Amino acid sequence: MTQVIEVRNLHKAYDGVTAVDDVSFNVDEGEIFGIIGPNGAGKTTTIESVIGLRKPDGGSVSVLGLDPQTEARKLGNRIGTQLQEAALPERMKVWEALDLYASFYEKTVPWEPLVEQWGLAEKRNTQFGGLSGGQKQRLFISLALLNDPQIVFLDELTTGLDPQARRATWDLIRAIREQGKTVVLITHFMDEVEALADRVAVIDHGRVIALDTPDNLIASLNGETQVLFSVPNGFEAERLEKVSGVTAVHQHNQHITISGNGPLLANVAAALAQHNIAPADLRVQQANLEDVFLALTGRTIRN
Amino acid sequence: MKSFLKLTYMELKLQLREPVALFFTLAFPVMVMVLFGFIFGNEAEELLGGYGQVDLSVPGYIGMVVGTIGMLSIPTTLANYRELGILRRLRATPLGSSPVLWSQVAAQVLMTAAGIILLFIAGLAIFDLRIPNGNLAIVPAILLSAFSFFAVGFVLAGVMPSARTAQAVGMAIFYPMLFLSGAAMPRYIMPDFVQQIAGLLPLTHVVILIEDLWLKGTWNLTSVAVVAVVLILGLVISRFTFRWE
Repeated sequence: MTQVIEVRNLHKAYDGVTAVDDVSFNVDEGEIFGIIGPNGAGKTTTIESVIGLRKPDGGSVSVLGLDPQTEARKLGNRIGTQLQEAALPERMKVWEALDLYASFYEKTVPWEPLVEQWGLAEKRNTQFGGLSGGQKQRLFISLALLNDPQIVFLDELTTGLDPQARRATWDLIRAIREQGKTVVLITHFMDEVEALADRVAVIDHGRVIALDTPDNLIASLNGETQVLFSVPNGFEAERLEKVSGVTAVHQHNQHITISGNGPLLANVAAALAQHNIAPADLRVQQANLEDVFLALTGRTIRN
Repeated sequence: MKSFLKLTYMELKLQLREPVALFFTLAFPVMVMVLFGFIFGNEAEELLGGYGQVDLSVPGYIGMVVGTIGMLSIPTTLANYRELGILRRLRATPLGSSPVLWSQVAAQVLMTAAGIILLFIAGLAIFDLRIPNGNLAIVPAILLSAFSFFAVGFVLAGVMPSARTAQAVGMAIFYPMLFLSGAAMPRYIMPDFVQQIAGLLPLTHVVILIEDLWLKGTWNLTSVAVVAVVLILGLVISRFTFRWE
């Protein structure tokens, strides 16, 4: 697979305070690459160095074979960015923003289909200040896609959105990848990376502390799965201890929690069927990236 | 070039959608002219070389337009653009910095022109403004003055931490200068020591520069020098102080 981004030993400090200590990673063409870490971990500085907005103090960065420092204009024509803490003038209308930004690139796609696709057609005459948070984000994505970029950088795209708008945005990000573009997704939401990213770099204190697919990262925890359900009164849960893979069974009145490894749900369900028990509220709890982060740093990502 | 023109046109449209800024840059100088015009009239007076009060005040009002845009509009607009991340978004395109900054200058030059044209329209319509010999040299003089004050505006925009402070500091510098410089009221009605202080203010020299060209057709070289030095200082300092975020 072709590599579109190569970052080696990136280092960046502001006034002596290290923002990025030592970051290395590659991004493959056509993947959604997640960069996750708590606020202040160095994610944004990393990405700003990759797109050429910041000059690194050390290390090397290559994007689409270009040096972001010396070939910024060339690179700028081939990437799209949605930046954190970026905005448009309050009184600029949606169509004006698209029309204006289209003039900044050597070649662009027509913006009319973009506003259709991103659900902004009815808002084309609305001023930026009159858009909702989700609409603003969709406008930023539209701006990032104007030049038909090969790589799209999305920094904290869903921060400040309500859960419904976040889910809708996820679909939009998948749609970008389906157009054959590479997506670099920077976020502090674990669920977002789990849902979207093919691979994820976990950054903490300016260093990459893990880099793999979300599944592999979770599997590396050797975490146990838990199956939870409710049963009718009188059922003795101990009978399930002999089921393959089960390591512990807890019963609290009708509520049963079974911990274990392997295809636990299938095994437990089969055992329940054998006993003619129909479990209610059946659900599975698995380790997620939050647990990965906790295991790697001893902290939760929110602190 | 296409980006520059689009940015300039967009900036003009944005300025025209901002009622408060419009009031200060376009309406306020006209209001001052009309107010003093109604108080003092514009009768030709021998003591004033055959001109009326309004005729003589036009260079001052032009200075007021230039100063308002340089000291209030530009610092507030740019600091606001920086504060909100508007400049940051522009930086993330292959555009480069020059078109962004020059489009701001171009749009503000056009706003200055609009403000001055409004003054002339109001002056001609209400006070039968007398136009002395139509000396077109005031145009380059106005441009020099505008660039000079715009450069100071860029310095303020860069140095001030927020749009609010940029506006407050711009007003704190501009308003005393406005009333001492002869831009809002004639200098000759002021006591000597005030006139001496006024002689140190850049806006005073903008007014003198335009006044001399307007009434006598002569370049006041001292005032040209002062305005030019302010321009150069402003350019050099803003080069080091301007920030995109």
